Parts: sequence; C-alpha cells; structure tokens
Amino acid sequence: MNVKLSLLAAGLALALGAPLAPAHAQAPQGQTLRYAFQGNLNTLDPYGINETTTLALQGNVYEGLTKRDRDLKIIPGLAERWEILDGGLRWRFHLRRGVKFQGGEDFTADDVVFSASRVRADTSDLRSRIEANVEVVAVDSHTVDFKLKSPNPILHYEWDTWYIMSKKWAEANNAVAPSAPAATTPGYAVLNANGTGPFRIAAHQIGVRTVFEKNPAWWGKVEHNLQQVIFTPITSAPTRVAALLSGEVDVIDPVPLQDIPRINASPNARVMEGPELRTIFLQMDQRRDELTGSSVKGKNPFKDLRVRMAFYQAIDMEAIRRQVMRGAATPSALLISPLLFERSGQFQRHPFSLDAANKLLDDAGYPRVGGATGTRFELTMDCPNDRYVNDGAICQAVTAMLARIGIKINLQAVPRAQFFAKVLASGGFNTSFYLLGWTPGSFDSWNVLQNLIRCRDDTGSGGRGATNLGGYCNPRVDALTDQILVEADAAKRLDLITQAYKIVHEEISHIPLHQQALAWGVSRNVELVQRADNQFLFHWVNKR
Amino acid sequence: MIAFILRRIAQAIAVLLTVSLIAFSLFRFVGDPVNQMVGQDTTVEQRAAIRQELGLNDPIALQFGRFVWKAAQFDFGISYLNKQKVSKLIAERFPATMELALVSALFALFAGIPMGVYAGLRPHSWLTKLFQTVSLVGISLPTFLIGILLIFIFPVTLGVLKSFGRQGVVDLGWWSTSFLTVAGWSSIILPAITLGLFQMTLIMRLVRSEMMEVLRTDYIKFARARGLTSRAINFGHALKNTMIPVITITGLQIGSIIAFAIITETVFQWPGMGLMFLQAVQTVDIPIMSAYLLLVATLFVLINLIVDLLYVAVDPRIRISGRPA
Repeated sequence: MNVKLSLLAAGLALALGAPLAPAHAQAPQGQTLRYAFQGNLNTLDPYGINETTTLALQGNVYEGLTKRDRDLKIIPGLAERWEILDGGLRWRFHLRRGVKFQGGEDFTADDVVFSASRVRADTSDLRSRIEANVEVVAVDSHTVDFKLKSPNPILHYEWDTWYIMSKKWAEANNAVAPSAPAATTPGYAVLNANGTGPFRIAAHQIGVRTVFEKNPAWWGKVEHNLQQVIFTPITSAPTRVAALLSGEVDVIDPVPLQDIPRINASPNARVMEGPELRTIFLQMDQRRDELTGSSVKGKNPFKDLRVRMAFYQAIDMEAIRRQVMRGAATPSALLISPLLFERSGQFQRHPFSLDAANKLLDDAGYPRVGGATGTRFELTMDCPNDRYVNDGAICQAVTAMLARIGIKINLQAVPRAQFFAKVLASGGFNTSFYLLGWTPGSFDSWNVLQNLIRCRDDTGSGGRGATNLGGYCNPRVDALTDQILVEADAAKRLDLITQAYKIVHEEISHIPLHQQALAWGVSRNVELVQRADNQFLFHWVNKR
Repeated sequence: MIAFILRRIAQAIAVLLTVSLIAFSLFRFVGDPVNQMVGQDTTVEQRAAIRQELGLNDPIALQFGRFVWKAAQFDFGISYLNKQKVSKLIAERFPATMELALVSALFALFAGIPMGVYAGLRPHSWLTKLFQTVSLVGISLPTFLIGILLIFIFPVTLGVLKSFGRQGVVDLGWWSTSFLTVAGWSSIILPAITLGLFQMTLIMRLVRSEMMEVLRTDYIKFARARGLTSRAINFGHALKNTMIPVITITGLQIGSIIAFAIITETVFQWPGMGLMFLQAVQTVDIPIMSAYLLLVATLFVLINLIVDLLYVAVDPRIRISGRPA
C-alpha cells in the first residue's frame, strides 16, 4: 500500500512538473540554497568592478587579509594578526599558515604582494583599496609589510573586499592584470575563480545562473550547513516575489516595499528588514553663477544659505518616511549612517516648517509672483528612477513639497544610465538640484568628506570632491579632511570629523534625507545574517 | 529569378546598414557606458581615460564605420561589462530564444486553428463566444500583465509550473535544449503561452473569418449539392483553402515572435537574447546592443526574403510581373 502511495505521489510530482536533477552538475548530497537578486553577476574577477553585490558574491569564493563580522567589525581573515610599526608608517601582517587556494596552490606572501600590485593595476576598478604610493614587501613566506608615506589609520578598512588571488594561477592563465575596458580578448578571470574561501564556483553562465559548492578544504570553522548555492538573477520584481512565494527560491533581494505585507502573510516566507548604510540625499548647485534649467537669471539662488535652508525646512521627511518609504527608512541629519559614526546622535535634522521656509525665501528676495499661492521661481531637478528604493517617488514627493513654498520643480526622473551620464563629470556636472545615494566604501567618514563634501577638483585629480556634484566648497572643511586622513589618534580624529560635519550641517552643503532599509525576502526554513552593508554571505546561512 | 534574388539581397544589405546606422545614432541617448563599468570610487580622470580607450570620444561616423567594418568580418567585439565575446554570448542565448519562439508558434497554431475552425463553423455557439472573449483579452492585455497573471495563477496559487528561468537544460554541445526534461517543459510552458497568446488570437480570428468566407462560396455549395459529408466539405475543401493566408501570416509572425520575446523573457527571466538585450540597454553595453539589433534585422530580412521567394515559386503571376517589361 505504501509503495503504491509513494509511486502515485511520485507520478503526481512528475506530472506537476517537479524539478528533476539539474542537468549541468550532479547535485551533491545535502542542502541547496537558491538565491535570486535583481542584478547580474557580470564578472568573477574580484578587481573588475567596485560594486557591492558583485563583491559580496565573489566574497564567498575569495577572501581578504581582514574580514568583517556580522556587525561590520574588522576581524582576521587570511592574516592571523597585524601590528603597526614605525609610528604608523609600517603595517606588518602575519599570514595564516596552511591555507590553500581552491586550485591547490599554497597561500603565501607572494600572493599578497601580487594581489597588491594587481589591484592597483591601471585596469583595476578597486585601485582605492591601497594608495599607489604604499610599498608592499614580503618579509618572509608568511609575513608582509606595507610601507606608507604618511600614517593612515584606516589603511585596512576596505580590505574585506580586497580579495587575495593566486599569483601562480593568474600567471598560468594570462590573468595577471584585470581585463582592460577596451579589451579585445575575453578575460579568463571573468569566468573562472580560484580563491581560498568557503565556497567555490561549480558552474557559471553570465546573466543566467551561478552555482557555488562547498569548499571541503576551507581553513575556517564552517558555520553553514549548505552543500550548494544556486544564484539566479531575476530582474522583474513581481517575478522575484512570485518565485519566493511559490517556493522556487529561498532568498530574494530586494523586496519591493509594497510587497512586504504580502510576503509576511504567506506561510512559507518572511521579509527581513534592517538598516542599510546607504544615505539618500539631495544637493543644490552652489557653484555656478547661474543655474541650468532655472527661471532665475544672472544669479544662483543656492549660493544664499537662506534659500538652501528654506528648501531643507520645506521637506517633510516624516511624510516621506511614512508614505513613500512605507516606514522603511531612517531619517538622517548627516551624510553618513549612525552605524558608521558614533557621534551622529549630536546632530538633529533642521525642523520641518513651511512658515520658516516661506519667510526665508521672502527675506532672500524671491517673492511669490501672482499672490499668496504664486510661484517664486522654477528649477529643474534630476533624479534616477531605477537606482535606489523608490527614488522616483521620493523626488515626486519633494517636488510637491517644494511647490507649497512656491518653488516649481521640473522633475527629470530618468533611468540611471542617463542620470549618471548627465550629472557626473562626463556630463559636466550638468545639474542644479539632484538626488543621490552614497555608501562610503571604507565605512568611514573620510570617504564621505573626500568624495561628497570637499571642494571639487574638476580634473578629478585624486578623486577630490568627484561626487560633490553641487560644488559645495569650504576650505576649512578641506583642511579638516586632510587632517582626518593622517590623524592616528582615534579620539582626536573623531573630534575633527565632528567639526567638519558641524560646518556642513550648518551651511546646508546637502539635504540628507534618510538611510533606506534593507528588505530581503527569506524562506521560513532559512536562517541567515543580514549585514547592514547589504552583503549576503553564504557562510552564515542555515537551511532546515 | 537570379536577378530577383540579387536585387533582394542588395536591398537586404541596405536595410541592415540603415538599421545599424539608426541604432548607432540612438546609442548616444542611452547613457554613458563608463559609469556602468566602474564603481563610485573611480576618479574622473580614470573614467575619462576609459572613455578615450573605448573610442567613445570619436565622431559617431567613425564609430559606425568601425562597427560596420568589423561586423562585415563577423567580429562584434567584446562586451563592455563582462569582457566576453559578444558573438559567444549571443550564441549561448540563441537556443533559449529559438525554443521559446518555436513552442509559442506551435501553441498559437495548434490552439488557434481548431478554435478558429470551430468558431467559423458554429458562429453562434456559446463556446465560440467564449473563444471570442478570450481572444479579445489576448489582444488587449499587455504581454507583461498576462505573464504576471499566469505566474500568479499557476506557480503561486496552484503550485504547478515554473515562474522563472529555463530549467532542466541539457547541453548538446552545439545547442542547449530544455525539451528533454520535465523541468524544462514545466518552465517553458508559461512563457510560451504568454508570448504566443497574441499570435494565437490572430490566427484564430483569421481562420474564423476565412472559414466563414469560404463556406459561403459556390464550390462549397456545389459540394454540398453533390452530397459530400460535412466532414469532407469542412476539412477537405474549406479548411485547405483557408490555410494559405494562415501560413503566410505565421511565417511573417515568426520574426516578430523572436523580436517581441524581449518582454516575455524579462517577465519570466528566460535567459534568451531578448533578456540579454534589455540588460545591455540598462547598462549601455553598446557592443551587445548593436549586435542584437543587427541580428534581429537580419532575421526579419531573411524571413521576408524566403516568403517572397516562396511566393514566386508558388504563384506564377508574380513571376510574370517580375520580368522587365
């Protein structure tokens, strides 16, 4: 009877289209995690592109000298320990012994020296990981020295995503440098990987799927119970949600905000929400003498602090949080997440007040034309509509809010490819008012000050203010930024950072809006760790 | 005949050149590829250097000339984003699109013709009215909505069939197929129905009206007068004559099935050429975009060429008028 029943069940399962074993690779025994993300894994080369998800996926295969734990604290990785010598000018890393690459090569100091030069190659997109003038020397087979020109207390802050590659493997496969932008031959490291990490690549087809399998020879303590992970990009959000609800995938990222209640109400999945490091903000052009796309001629209203303050105070952040973000946002007074700056509690957003905003604009000399509901001036706003969570909707809300103080916004909400082409240097910073989001790659304030706040050097030399698209400029902040870079004393450094943030907060260099929330859809039989940097790492996953 | 073919081939080349020229002038408005190739920390200087190296600062005419020169040698370059040969990427995705197009075309034929015949024979039955309503839905609802609706009904609510991807793929070396496994079939059915629904509607309506038209003609009346069975009349005489325009339309529609697969492939994450094209548009991967557009244009031109040649072969009147006066 039982046999009959199970035969019947098997027949039914077949008839209903139950999945057969995948044809590509024989499925290993044990647990399989199926993970769907909105974007592609375009390259396995760890220096190909500096982009969170790509690096996170590669981080299951490759490892850095240091790692970050669940709370983003720096912990030993391929380096067991390190010490700072010569007054901060020499960092000595003691490498872990007995580590092997997945191709069988031993991990030694040569690989670190090689990776340090490869990551700084002209064709690498991760050159910011190590300054060009840092000298990397192998002391012995398992000790490496980093010699600095000036002290840098955050030398290793970005090293959890500076992955160590095998010198022998790269040389044998003609992958000593990352593929050039205008490459004419396919890159080997783009399709093949050879790391030291807890997983290795079993199959990879760009844009279709990637299969990771457990690396049985990994040196670390295994915290997951997976044998295999199948990664699939699913671009369309409704399809991604449907795949989770029907049980075809175990984890999806991201979940559209409007689908959160629906997933939580389903029997087999839930949404894990958490704060993300990314800060969404607005900035006004404070550099041009006349704005582009504005009705104000002959002068730039944003050079006037009162106008910037009026814009700030006219934005009802609570309404954006509640209505546009459906509660999934943390309003922010700074351009950095409170998780990354311990004194952020000292800063409060300037209060929302239409009366104050109207008065400021009257004082600044921009009266309403045509009575109490008239327009003061017109302005073009640039906004991406497919880059951040509900970015287009945020801009629409801002447009409506500014209309209440007599500012008429012509909103240009466009796909990211067009948006960035217009507002970044290649488009000549062609914007008067825009929305952008930023996560400091180093998880440190210096990155924010250097990229977003300091005076922009249009030649882009050294990345100074390269993403300060509105051209805010204050030499005092610049001086502080330079000091912060080399200040080794942690308390003093924190003071300097606080001083810099005080200035920009008072001068309204930007209008910080919020930190958006992470929303991952997770099957109810999966336990995982959600890190605030939006990196999903398989070695913290347990599946029942 | 040979002059006719030569003339058509010359026309085809002109069409392809035009298509790629239009595509090339449009690429300027898609955005800046460099920003998609690098992360946020990449400096302005480095971005400028990449632009220069990719030749994006050259005049459009020069870029176009370079593309045509290389394309003539079947070299479509390397994808900006993932540094792989575009021809290889497209070849990998080609089987997925072709199988999807094939299944949806067969679905459209094998569902559309019987429905059309039935509707033509019994124009007043309730089943006909149902078919008409369904076909109205098929024509008026946008593809992505039909796809999402099917996903909601089958995988989510009923727990059958697959909502995304192409599963159970067997690699034959020169071709990868999803026809050999149950998982493969359960993942192709929904996208094929979504893609084929419009064509099915078209065929059904065409067969229905042709059928009704033919049934009114004299030779059917004579056939009835001769006492032939209605089966022989309906299927032997009427349907046969109905099929000529249906075959023509089906042939011409195959091109559009392949081209319009873009939306269906996106909804179902079907890893075909259309999905790759859309991803390329989002990331401004110009080598993939230009190669895909050229390929689709070639397919259209080829199909039309074959249809024209078949006409010449089948219908002698065209041959006569094709001769120089």
